[in-house]
Amino acid sequence: MPKRKTSKTIEEINRKIKQGKAVVVTADEMTDIVKGKGAEKAAREIDVVTTGTFAPMCSSGAFINFGHTKPTLKASKVWLNGVPAYAGLAAVDIYIGATEPAEDDPLNRVHPGQFTYGGGHVIEDLVAGKKVRLKATAYGTDCYPRQEVDKKITLSELPYAMLLNPRNGYQNYNCAINMTDKTIYTYMGVLKPKAGNANYSTSGQLSPLFNDPYYLTLGLGTRIFLGGTEGYIIGPGTQHNPGAKRGKNGVPLSPAGTVMVMGDLKGMSPKWITGVRMLGYGCSLAVGLGIPIPILNEEMARYTGVSDEELFTQIIDYGNDYPKGEAVSLGRVSYADLKSGTISFKGEDVPTVPVSSRVRAVEIANILKEWIEKGKFLLTEGQEMLPTVKRK
Amino acid sequence: MYSKMVSLRFPKSNVNEPIIANLVKKFDLTFNILKATIYPRKEGLVVMELTGHRKNYQQGVRYLKGIGIKVENIGQDIRRDDDKCYQCGACTAVCPTGALSIQRPEMAVIFEKDKCSACELCVLTCPALAMETKFDKTLLS
Repeated sequence: MPKRKTSKTIEEINRKIKQGKAVVVTADEMTDIVKGKGAEKAAREIDVVTTGTFAPMCSSGAFINFGHTKPTLKASKVWLNGVPAYAGLAAVDIYIGATEPAEDDPLNRVHPGQFTYGGGHVIEDLVAGKKVRLKATAYGTDCYPRQEVDKKITLSELPYAMLLNPRNGYQNYNCAINMTDKTIYTYMGVLKPKAGNANYSTSGQLSPLFNDPYYLTLGLGTRIFLGGTEGYIIGPGTQHNPGAKRGKNGVPLSPAGTVMVMGDLKGMSPKWITGVRMLGYGCSLAVGLGIPIPILNEEMARYTGVSDEELFTQIIDYGNDYPKGEAVSLGRVSYADLKSGTISFKGEDVPTVPVSSRVRAVEIANILKEWIEKGKFLLTEGQEMLPTVKRK
Repeated sequence: MYSKMVSLRFPKSNVNEPIIANLVKKFDLTFNILKATIYPRKEGLVVMELTGHRKNYQQGVRYLKGIGIKVENIGQDIRRDDDKCYQCGACTAVCPTGALSIQRPEMAVIFEKDKCSACELCVLTCPALAMETKFDKTLLS
């Protein structure tokens, strides 16, 4: 007798979450479940799969309204702890970008530059509740006569502070090596000469967009874990490229999808929103991101069951090809191989180095799982799904 | 066999003293110099691994201290701020001694102070600025 195919709606899953009956597992656990029971049985038994990732994510930043002053001011230039913020928005609205270095940073004048403080660190300091020095200058108008302000601000006193990251959660990323004979300093970390190490950045089978490769459940309004609190996907991220080449399992083999996300900075924690620097490259922000994937049917179960052995990326030479803008794949490796500690490249064993925290990714997936199990976090229906391609 | 990673800081009056040769000849110790610098005012810094019989090692260190050289146990100099470290593993690219390594399958980043040569490459490399150089004065006694 043929069994009915599993088909659930987000509404049905939410009903189970409210009753405390939803079955929630992490993407790590789902990999084993699908391997053991098959996708159809897994789809019947599992309602939600939680994912997680924690890594430096450039294209992050925060919109801040620092409140009107007395007398009033329309800021033209603003610095937070010496880091320039973009002020060309309105009177007291600014955007502080994660990669902006402090204005007095020597940058790469002594190479490799250390970049010990930048926009990402400002955001972390705010989230940590620290006082941040705000300086602003203005040209003065009839309605906004004041020409400068210099004061201390804290997150709790700010009228509005919203993390809004134009591109996070890259679905797959390059494995970086350096084929030159000099050490280079990149956003993928320090790369020793002659393929001395191979750096990669992913949480692999736990990574959000690896678990929904065609973005079937991801769109504007999808509620997520962001920086320790609830946030939302608000659309495709910059450079979202669903057209990247995909493997048989539908998963892209090179950098592909991205998400734009937002969440209230006031609910976040410095553990999950952490200022970082990459030596010789610059400042950034490490972002904790976790997306719940509803297991609506067998297909979603199959996608979330993907393992590191079935996820691949390309090896790119950041010494020669990448800086020329002519990155070509020098080989394909699985994330299982990358995680093993060494990969074989041109007949040599090359040590691998992660720049994404697997430990933190697991923690995020577990936190999100707990939130859902306890009924504290309900799933949402995307209102406008991310652009995608035809399924294989 | 006894082996320790030590830093020697000496005033300019000692710069011309053949201390390494003396350690080898008089105390039967072997050495592996990882860093040697003479600073602009002529005070010097040597970081090295000193290996030999425990008794000889102690006598050698006593000799160094006797001629005014500050001897510090380097293994304790580099510290990790465990609150700041978010366990990515970027440091393992540059660590020459394997003091920073990844424990599999958890992918936790382990810091074994005993293996640290205090080269400070991790201090420069750590994205989270979690690695610090600090001198623990209590170790000098």
